[in-house]
Amino acid sequence: MELILAIAIGVLSGAGVYLLLRPRTFQVIMGLSLLSYAVNLFIFAMGGLNRHLSPVITEAGGPYADPVPQALVLTAIVIGFAMTALFLVVLLAARGLTGTDHVDGKEEDSE
Amino acid sequence: MNLLDHLIMAPILIPLLAGALLVGIEEQWRRRKVSIALGAALLSWLSAMVLLWQADQMPGGVPAMTYLVGNWKVPFGIALVVDRLSALMLVLAGGIFSAALLYSVARWDRVGVHFYALSLFLIAGVNGAFLTHDLFNLFVFFEVMLAASYGLLLHGSGKRRVRHGLRYVAMNLAASSVFLIGVALLYAATGSLNMSDVASKVGQMSATDRHLLETGAAILAVAFLLKAAVWPLNLWLPGSYGAATPPVAAMFAIMTKVGLYVVMRLWLLMFSDEAGVSAGFGGNALLWIGLATLAVATFGLLSAADFRRFAGFSVVASSGTLLAGLALRTEVATTATLYYMLASTLAIGAFFLLIELLERIRDFGANLLAVTQEAFEAEGMVLPEGEDVGVVIPAAFAFLGLNFILCALVLSGLPPLASFVGKFALMAAMLETPDVGQWVFLTLLIVSGLAAVVALMRLGIRLFWVPAHLRRPRLRVIEAAPVAALLVACLGLTVAAGPVGSYLARTAAGLYQVDDLMQSVVGQQPWRGEQP
Repeated sequence: MELILAIAIGVLSGAGVYLLLRPRTFQVIMGLSLLSYAVNLFIFAMGGLNRHLSPVITEAGGPYADPVPQALVLTAIVIGFAMTALFLVVLLAARGLTGTDHVDGKEEDSE
Repeated sequence: MNLLDHLIMAPILIPLLAGALLVGIEEQWRRRKVSIALGAALLSWLSAMVLLWQADQMPGGVPAMTYLVGNWKVPFGIALVVDRLSALMLVLAGGIFSAALLYSVARWDRVGVHFYALSLFLIAGVNGAFLTHDLFNLFVFFEVMLAASYGLLLHGSGKRRVRHGLRYVAMNLAASSVFLIGVALLYAATGSLNMSDVASKVGQMSATDRHLLETGAAILAVAFLLKAAVWPLNLWLPGSYGAATPPVAAMFAIMTKVGLYVVMRLWLLMFSDEAGVSAGFGGNALLWIGLATLAVATFGLLSAADFRRFAGFSVVASSGTLLAGLALRTEVATTATLYYMLASTLAIGAFFLLIELLERIRDFGANLLAVTQEAFEAEGMVLPEGEDVGVVIPAAFAFLGLNFILCALVLSGLPPLASFVGKFALMAAMLETPDVGQWVFLTLLIVSGLAAVVALMRLGIRLFWVPAHLRRPRLRVIEAAPVAALLVACLGLTVAAGPVGSYLARTAAGLYQVDDLMQSVVGQQPWRGEQP
C-alpha cells in the first residue's frame, strides 16, 4: 500500500510542478490543484498507513487511527479550495484586462 | 484567571471581529468605516504594547506567557505564546499598520472596495502568525494573511497590479504546498505540532527520524524564506511591491519580516545547542543564502530606475542582512540584528508611503521614466481628487526633502540614524570572531550601504534638480503625518538606543535559553476552573 500511495503522490506532484511551470494561466491553476492533491495525500500518509482501525477512540480502547492528519487534511482542503477560487478570480481579471492568458502577459509567436 | 490573562487573544480577535463587522457596512458610511478600522488597529496595537510590557516583566527566568486556546493540554491543543520577541514583532507591526491605515484615509481607501476589512484581516493574520506556537495553526494564520494580501495587492485594480498579482498568488500558493509538506514531515518525525514539544524531542531521536526531521525543517524553511524574499526566491518581490498601492506596500513590508520571524523562532528553537547532533543544522546555508540575497539586492539597488523598484530591493537587502545576521548565531549578533530590523522596517514602511508624495512634485508631462508612468497608467483606477481632508501643508518641498534625506540616511545605514547603529553593532559583533563568511558579510554590508547611497543620490537628483518645471505638491496632513511619525520613530530608536538595546539584549538572551522557553510552554497546565 505504501508503494502505491508513494507512486500516486509522486505522479501527482510531478505533473503538478510541470503544469505550474507552463506559460498559460489555466495550466498553472491545474498544476496548483494537482500539487495540493499530492500534498493532501502526503499529509494523510504521515500519520502512518493502517487498515481496519477505528477512526476514533472507543470505550473498549484498542488501536485507533491517528486523528491529527485527518483534521489537518480537512483544514488544508478547505483552505486550498478557497485559495484556488481566489486564484481563478484573479486569472479571469487578468484575462479580461490584458487580453491574454499568458502568465507573463505576452503572447509569444503563435505555433 | 483574570481578564488580563486573555489579553493575548486581543491582537488577533480585535482586527478579526472589526474586519468582519466592516464587511457588513455599506461603502457610503465611510466615516464610520474609517473610525472602526483605525480604532481596531490602534486598539490591537495598544494591546500589543501591554503584552510587550507584560512579557518584559515576567518574573524569575520564565521567558514566555502561554495561553492554551480551548484549555487543552499542551501537545494536543493550540498554544499561543508571547515572549519578548513576539511582543516586539507585534508592536512593530502594529505601528506600521496604524501608520499605513491612517495614510490611506486621505484617498487610497477609495480606489477599491473593502480596503479596511482586508487590511484588518491582514493584521489579524500577521499578529496570529507572531503569536501562535503550533505549526499547523501557523499555516492557517499564514493563509489568513496571504488571502488578505492577495486582495490588498489587487486593490485599485489596473493591468499592472493584476499581472503582478497573478504571479504573487501563484508563487504563494506553491509555497503553501511546500509549507504543508514540511509540517507533515515534522509531524511524522515527532508526532507533535507544538513548536516547543517538537523541539524538545529533537535531542533524543533515532538517526532515521532525525533525517526526516531535518528534511522537513529544510522544506519548511523554503516556504518561509520565500515569504522573506531571499535569493533565489525573491524575483517576485520588487514587481509585486512596486505594483501595490503605497499604503499596501508599506503593510507588506512587515510580511517579509513574518517569514524571517518564523525562521528565527523555529531555527533557534529546534536546532538549539540542546539538539545534539542536529544543533545548528543549516546554519551555514542560512548565512550564505543571506549573503547572496544581500549581494543580489546590492545590484538591484544600483539598477533601480525608479523609487518603487528601489524600495522593493531595499526590502530584499534588509531580508538578506537580517538572515545573515541571524545565522551568526551569537547573542550579540542577534541583538544587533533585531535592532537593525526595527530600523530598516520602519524606514522601508516610511519610504513606500513617501514615494507617492515625492512623485507628485514631478510634472507628469515631463516625466521621463516610462516605468513610473506605467504605474500611473492603471486604467480603471479613479482617484478622487480635490477633496478636503485636512489642510495643504505649507513648505511642502522642505518637508519632502527633509523626509527624503532622513529615509535615505536610514535606508543606506549612514550615521547618525538608527540603522547605522544597527549595522555598526552587527559589524562589531562580527569582528569578535571573524571568519571567511563574516568578512564577506562585513564587506557586503558596507558595499550595499554605498550602493544605496549612490542609487538614492541619483534618483534624488533626477527628482529634485533635473526637471525644469516642478509642480507645487499638495500634501495633506493626514498623509504627511504617518510618514513623519515613522521617521520620528527611527530617530527615537537612535536616541533611545540604550533602553531599546537592553530590551533587545534580553530578547536575544531569551532566544538562546530554549530550555526555559520549552519548559514554560510544555509545562503550562490547563486551567481547571478553580479560583486562583
